[in-house]
Amino acid sequence: MSIEEKVIEIIVEQLDVTREECVPEASFIEDLGADSLDLVELIMAMEENFGIEISDEELQKIRTIQDAVNYIKRKKGLAG
Amino acid sequence: MTLKDKVALVTGGSRGIGRAICLRLAGAGAFVAVNYARNGQAARETIRLIGEAGGEAEALCFDVADHGAATGAIAALIERRGRVDILVNNAGESRDGLLVRMKEQDWDRVIDTNLKGAFNCSRAVAYAMMKRRSGRIVNVSSVVALSGNAGQANYSASKAGLIGLTKSLARELAPRGICVNAVAPGLIDTDMTSAMTEEQRERVLGEIPLSRLGTPDDVAGVVLFLASDEAGYITGQVIGVNGGLYM
Repeated sequence: MSIEEKVIEIIVEQLDVTREECVPEASFIEDLGADSLDLVELIMAMEENFGIEISDEELQKIRTIQDAVNYIKRKKGLAG
Repeated sequence: MTLKDKVALVTGGSRGIGRAICLRLAGAGAFVAVNYARNGQAARETIRLIGEAGGEAEALCFDVADHGAATGAIAALIERRGRVDILVNNAGESRDGLLVRMKEQDWDRVIDTNLKGAFNCSRAVAYAMMKRRSGRIVNVSSVVALSGNAGQANYSASKAGLIGLTKSLARELAPRGICVNAVAPGLIDTDMTSAMTEEQRERVLGEIPLSRLGTPDDVAGVVLFLASDEAGYITGQVIGVNGGLYM
């Protein structure tokens, strides 16, 4: 499973949204209806799934699905 | 009230109010992790009493004030049992003295155990409870959190802090179906209160409308209720268990 697919799978499960809604530019808060607690849970699920740690500072910069995917790729040393 | 299939963690479960809470929760069918920091013999006695009554329990040794130790031990418990449904932040200690004579260590130690300990343990169970969309946290505060008490600046501040923690966590975790409440015991007959002089005891008894000391089980019954499904619409509350000492 690619990082994109895994991220979307986590989002679908955590935010109770459909796969179709999970376009790369979708914003967690504005488009996917996440509140602050949802965001924290989402981030913790990603940390758990990808074995990375996301600081609160970095968290501020992750607004969209694409941001999350890019961030995880960078952390995993997979950035193109 | 049944807690069948539930997993509970009671901090400071080896003696006093903590032991009574362990017995009540196990009696209702919960598996109880009995935390203790030093008194392993007392913890084993709690577990023996639970076993004798047909309940299930294990001892869990860590100092709640030690963030790393608490986090590690609780993560391992969740790993072993798959969940923690009920956390009772009961571990507490007192180091009484008038302010002008109170040592910095006495202040720090009491705040670290009573208040930071509750933070450490709540933090360690919260994510697992959030994922399950259910959970109960009960903090054991004290009547002196509300009334104040000369000679207990550290203790009363830590217990008042627990009430702030209770209300904030109640708001934070409510969207995930987790209820967070506090009980505020009055004068309960335990090792902690046996340090009082006969004169102090007499004086306080005169102020208790029900004119007796409370028993650990008086408190444990309320904790059991707050931990049960029956209390599902109660969160962010402080329930006094004090014989009317403070209203």
